[in-house]
Amino acid sequence: MALPDEPPLDPPAPLARPHVPLLQLYRMFFLVGVFSFGGGLSSWLHREVVDVRGWLTDDEFFSGYSLTHVLPGVNSSNLTVYIGQHLRGTAGAAVALTGLLTGPFIGVIAAAAAYEYLLQLPGFQAAMAGIAAAAIGMLIRLGYVATRRAMTGVAHTLVMLAIFIAIGILRWPLVPVVLVMAPVSVAIAWHGRAKPDA
Amino acid sequence: MRDDLLALFIVVAPLSVATVGGASGIYAPLQHQTVDVYHWLTAREFLEVFAIARVTPGPGSMITTLIGWKVAGLPGALIATLALFVPPCIFGFFAARVWNKYRGTEWHSAIEAGLRPVAAGIVAGAIVVLLRIAQTGPISWIVIGVASLVFVLIPKVHPAVILVGGGAAYVAAHFAGFTTL
Repeated sequence: MALPDEPPLDPPAPLARPHVPLLQLYRMFFLVGVFSFGGGLSSWLHREVVDVRGWLTDDEFFSGYSLTHVLPGVNSSNLTVYIGQHLRGTAGAAVALTGLLTGPFIGVIAAAAAYEYLLQLPGFQAAMAGIAAAAIGMLIRLGYVATRRAMTGVAHTLVMLAIFIAIGILRWPLVPVVLVMAPVSVAIAWHGRAKPDA
Repeated sequence: MRDDLLALFIVVAPLSVATVGGASGIYAPLQHQTVDVYHWLTAREFLEVFAIARVTPGPGSMITTLIGWKVAGLPGALIATLALFVPPCIFGFFAARVWNKYRGTEWHSAIEAGLRPVAAGIVAGAIVVLLRIAQTGPISWIVIGVASLVFVLIPKVHPAVILVGGGAAYVAAHFAGFTTL
């Protein structure tokens, strides 16, 4: 027998997501790429994308951050693709990655051409080391934001400490540590999630 | 395709996918291939491009761009860069697409909540690793301390200002006769 046409299931409510023009996306990633000295790239991205522009929430950013650490390839470029994809799909991913790499591509070649000269500049190496030191401060800020959000209970605080000790103190390789601890942490979150009918 | 460009691609692309977690894993195999196997660079030149890639902005893995530049000029630089960044990004792209597609479901929210402490642990670990790499002395502790305080307490300050401040502090200390390196 013929089934009556069923009404379509309610599509998931579209989450409020800002429309970001591709040119704006390119410009932001270009600037982050140009300024990201000494390992502060992910902190820059967090600041620009979450704090300044509100394009992603903290949860969207940090879940992508964790994800990109267990994927093959360079973390910061994977995070860039993640953000670009999230905002504007395929074109967004391509534009964001191109934007991120444009500045460093030109910069690294220019620096190589001027290397002998730069080394002779008095204070050049000190300046570079100083910038790298300040960039660690930027990563500390990201750690501060991430830690505040993570300490939602004793169990999750212990997970965070365990990962920190394994990677930072014991210097175990990151990927196996995360691949073991992430499911544990998700199981804790699943167990403790708010149950509507409880 | 020219032979040298093809060789560059063949050396770099597998490294890009084999590397998980950051640039530090590619240096040893990259040195082996470019210095010992292909003789594109001498060991000293490799250290030089390594140092340059570290002090210029962008991911440390931009070292492959420079190697490509040394081997085959601008086309070499382009090929070496694309070979490093594009293959893994294809994984990243599909992972992001799947992840973003299921946003809003209960299990997605649980994973997102579960990943919060994971991200925090990774960042905290990365800070310690970076502190180990940086040659630390009294000056660097002051700069790192002041910079992190400003970043945390006054988030509106543009990071470039703080980075330039760190560089200026080191230069001042250098000329005042303190050892910063």
